[in-house]
Amino acid sequence: MTATTTSSEATATATTAASTENKPAPGKGMRFVNWGANYIEDRTSMSGLVKELGRKIFPDHWSFMLGEVALYSFIVILLSGTFLTFFFQASMTMVDYEGSYAPLKGVTMSAAMASTLDISFDVRGGLLMRQVHHWAALLFVASIGLHMLRVFFTGAFRKPREINWVVGFVLFVLAMAEGFTGYSLPDDLLSGNGLRIIDGMIKGIPVVGTWMSYLMFGGEFPGEMIVGRLYTLHILLLPAVLVAMIGVHMILLIVNKHTQFAGPGRTQGNVVGVPIMPVFAAKAGGFFFIVFGVIMLVASTVGINPVWNYGPYDPSPISAGTQPDWYIGFADGMLRLIPPHLETELWGFTITWYILIPTVILVGFLALVAIYPFIEAWITGDKREHHIADRPRNAPTRTAIGAAGVTFYAVMWAAASSDLIATHFRLSVEAVTHALQAALILGPIIAYLLSKRISLSLQKKDREIALHGFESGRIVRLPGGEYIEVHEQLSDYDRWKLVSYEDYAPLMVRPNEKGRITLNTKLRGVLSRWFFEDRIAPVTRTELEAARHDHH
Amino acid sequence: MAQADGAGTGTAVERHEHAPRATGVAVVSDDRIENPGFPPYRPRVSDVDPVKERQNERRIFWMFLASMVGSVFAVVAYIAFPIHEGDMDSVRVSNLLLGLGFSLGLLGVGFGAVHWSKSLMDGHDLVEERHETRGKPETIARAAEIFTLGNKESGFTRRKLLRNSLLGALALVPLSSIVIFRDFAPAEDPVKLLKHTLWDKGVRLARDPNGIPIKASDVTLGSVFHVIPENLKDSSHPIEEKAKAAVLLMRLDPDELVISEGREDWHFRGIVAYSKICTHVGCPVALYEQQTHHLLCPCHQSQFDITREAAVIFGPAKRPLPQLPITVDEEGYLVARSDFQEPVGPSFWERSL
Repeated sequence: MTATTTSSEATATATTAASTENKPAPGKGMRFVNWGANYIEDRTSMSGLVKELGRKIFPDHWSFMLGEVALYSFIVILLSGTFLTFFFQASMTMVDYEGSYAPLKGVTMSAAMASTLDISFDVRGGLLMRQVHHWAALLFVASIGLHMLRVFFTGAFRKPREINWVVGFVLFVLAMAEGFTGYSLPDDLLSGNGLRIIDGMIKGIPVVGTWMSYLMFGGEFPGEMIVGRLYTLHILLLPAVLVAMIGVHMILLIVNKHTQFAGPGRTQGNVVGVPIMPVFAAKAGGFFFIVFGVIMLVASTVGINPVWNYGPYDPSPISAGTQPDWYIGFADGMLRLIPPHLETELWGFTITWYILIPTVILVGFLALVAIYPFIEAWITGDKREHHIADRPRNAPTRTAIGAAGVTFYAVMWAAASSDLIATHFRLSVEAVTHALQAALILGPIIAYLLSKRISLSLQKKDREIALHGFESGRIVRLPGGEYIEVHEQLSDYDRWKLVSYEDYAPLMVRPNEKGRITLNTKLRGVLSRWFFEDRIAPVTRTELEAARHDHH
Repeated sequence: MAQADGAGTGTAVERHEHAPRATGVAVVSDDRIENPGFPPYRPRVSDVDPVKERQNERRIFWMFLASMVGSVFAVVAYIAFPIHEGDMDSVRVSNLLLGLGFSLGLLGVGFGAVHWSKSLMDGHDLVEERHETRGKPETIARAAEIFTLGNKESGFTRRKLLRNSLLGALALVPLSSIVIFRDFAPAEDPVKLLKHTLWDKGVRLARDPNGIPIKASDVTLGSVFHVIPENLKDSSHPIEEKAKAAVLLMRLDPDELVISEGREDWHFRGIVAYSKICTHVGCPVALYEQQTHHLLCPCHQSQFDITREAAVIFGPAKRPLPQLPITVDEEGYLVARSDFQEPVGPSFWERSL
């Protein structure tokens, strides 16, 4: 079977590719390497894998680096985390702290907190590894988020990559779960209050909440079990699932091959870029060291999570301006934005809407992210494979939806710092909260409209440049005295980047064989009109020729 | 314009084979501008200028050398700058120098390798053919055949009784394992536990954390005390009990207090005690604004007005903080008159039952 999607495009052949594939001459001193390679080959048949993958092509674009950052920071997390497990005691047994941090000497605290202090103050490199672990975790979630945004805004989730989008989404959720379970382990004041909030939220779940909290904490909050249980999740169960899912993510990446941006010679039927051996391997391998090095540099110069300042967990004290790690902020912010007094009693049962509504909004938001590829695929009805990444402007409605989503998330996230915003800018916390409540609704709408209009205008500008060239800055005086600015035409190669995007039009709603218009078709019609009614079609050959004619 | 999805006849596999992929609402036009093909290769400076090439080579060498220096430096720093017990500066210095050594070791390798790949390794783009993700028709047909054979040889769909009883058995296996989660927590009923605290008639109000009982005469107008029950230290679960029994004690001008029916004797000369555990999700409501008599929860900004029996005046919380009825004993110490009259802390399903 052949790919049918390339028919309308030029199937370019790369003359440059063949010339570089000369047989390499055998080097000196290769005897040991040859012997080693043969030894392994005889026992593993490794050559097949090398043949398949060794010269696999990876396209290049700066934004493809974001997923790499996520992968490499995960490796850094595994390495630094393993070091920490050798010293950390996941136990809530009370001990008297006798380590070298003087202000807490003699204070009764859990073994978890005491061993965290020992790692920080009595193990050389211990504090460094703690800070590497924490910074890498923050970077891990951040890079996953940015990577998802890249995939979303370039349409790289389209067929055949919908499943890998879902796998990536699961990785995002797992990363947040890893973050939260890890955050809770030192059993300090801040993490204990984080768990207190989780306990309150679980207790708010109808029917089963009380028992769920009771079983999870092994008794009443906080109990003596939770740190040990979260530790098992944090270092065993969640990482196992995470590693498995990363494996699936990578295998599907290899099977689907990477997307590439439009460019001369690039088609739906090829991949243009550098081979794994040697260029990509060197670049990606080097980049791992850069990511690791940058995390190390930050960890050695910028402190994070100084649990000794917070002290051990105690249900009574709390410090003002408490904040979760950044990636939990959106959930905490949503809890703050809910209007007051939302709780009812029904036949004696308590229904806590101020927990339920934020939870439904958060889960709904995440669910929309997870299923977006399927919604768009249903609306377009396009069953072809898509390997050319969209420029965001060329899918104005998708870009606008994405911008609205980002704004919605950002407002929730900002709300997690409403008190700090208030104190920092000398506003009242009530005013900040009310402003954010309004922004939660209005912000996404404004972002949607703005980014849609900006996308369409950028498309118009591209069209103008493709047809009539760009202003060269060269002013010429004509014999009649008239001044004009000379427009220079684009090269065919540069123009191709501006004109080679997919074009969609609203669905023509027609009756089916039975003469009926189904609800399904009607809905698709409405949605495709929403998506594609405002459209700037790509420049055609005829238009280009007509424009050329005008210039002469 | 948009086309209807092409649906052919035959098996699902055959339909996929023959019909070209539906384009949906995509606009397919013959008038599209053609792909101009690959542009000519633009050589890099290091491709054409041997001096630049040598320069790059030297640069990369220096980066790798810097990495070696960094790694050795990390070892030296580990030994030369140990941690001295109780000396925070030694921790900071060890952390900084060790980390900088590591960083240089890593960044040198990283930047060197990337620079090597970008400036000296072959700079030509290569092209790989892309094939549709779907496998070859022969492969798919064989896979379908294997499933058919598997079904035929096992009789999975033919022996309906076996298949259905197997599915039923498989559904029950995980169900039975749910019960083992019961002993994740002790045998007691959580609802009962949540409705009681250590406070009881005659229990003295003590300072948090030292446990010294508070005399009514110690509580001056406008002061605020963080309070625990005096019997907390004898409890077998002090943290769990404290998480329910923590109380804030304040003295206001009695004329400022709005007191509802039945609560007339819950305060002592303007001294009032309220649960410190937020009724939203349970953070300690620890910030007291003396001028306005408002309590603020730092977690989600719920605010409670102490003059109006801790009514919620802002934020997500719904219920006022429960009030602890107090009085004084014969020695002048503040004591509870009883336990709280309602469950403290965050709401739960069975709260009002």
